[in-house]
Amino acid sequence: MRYSLPLAVFVILVILLGIGLKLDPGLVPSPLIDKPLPAFSLPTVHDRDVMLTSTDLQGQVVLLNIWASWCVACRTEHPLLVDLMKQGRVNIYGLNYKDERQNALEWLARLGDPYRASAFDQDGRLGIDLGVYGVPETFVLDRRGIIRYKHIGPITPQILKDKLLPLIHKLESPAA
Amino acid sequence: MRFHYFFTGLFNLLFAFSVNAADVPFTFDNETDAERYRNLVEELRCLVCQNQTLADSGADLAQDLRNEIYQMIQTGRSNDEIVDFLVDRYGDFVLYRPPLNTTTILLWFGPFLIFTAAILIVIRIIRRQSMEVPEQQGMENRGKHS
Repeated sequence: MRYSLPLAVFVILVILLGIGLKLDPGLVPSPLIDKPLPAFSLPTVHDRDVMLTSTDLQGQVVLLNIWASWCVACRTEHPLLVDLMKQGRVNIYGLNYKDERQNALEWLARLGDPYRASAFDQDGRLGIDLGVYGVPETFVLDRRGIIRYKHIGPITPQILKDKLLPLIHKLESPAA
Repeated sequence: MRFHYFFTGLFNLLFAFSVNAADVPFTFDNETDAERYRNLVEELRCLVCQNQTLADSGADLAQDLRNEIYQMIQTGRSNDEIVDFLVDRYGDFVLYRPPLNTTTILLWFGPFLIFTAAILIVIRIIRRQSMEVPEQQGMENRGKHS
């Protein structure tokens, strides 16, 4: 009885520290969730005369993937995106972040191009507007162009199956 | 007169309106702006290397954000506008001094709460002891007398 209070405090502390261990301090919640995609107009990677604008992405549920040829982690998630494109159910757009056009084109030629179009953000201005701090990052946009989800780091099969695809299907259902 | 020039030169070297942040030196029109810049990059966090300020970080993104802050100062935006610009994009996490809101209320007042609890416990212990001590003394005194 005498030690019940210190013991309770100790147990609570252990539980809190245990939860703290499981949290990833690298994951910063994005303030952009439920906000509209920032307006932009950027040339595409493939053709500097063709512009991709934020309005082009509206009217459909979109997976917007931030990538770069210098980004090592992008390589690990890339086959997943290529597979997803082959299944043809998800509209994938790319944002090529702080890259060289030639390198980006070679990267796509070698590893496959899952993107309907990739905007070419050489100076990273759109990246700043999107709060990008660690490539790859992936956004899910609804039909009205509202950001509904943001994933930081490479997409894993688990995250695709448990988070991204269910959300995309939900947003694509007529009721949404 | 020569000395005067020498000292102004020296002064300018020491407190030049330019700020050397990592590799790109920025030049400001006046010392107020330079000071604002220095303060801002000191109190904003680099998202890539999270325990460094924008001023300290060598990350590419930190350089871009320093540029962005410089541009905003040059176009006459206020400190609040600049901080809001970054919070809108990266969240409260960019601030080294967390703002007071519902998610941080425990962070701000938790220490006071724990402090009050500690004081109450100490008071209780002292009270209990002071109640026990006279009894014991009474016993001892009785022992001495007999």
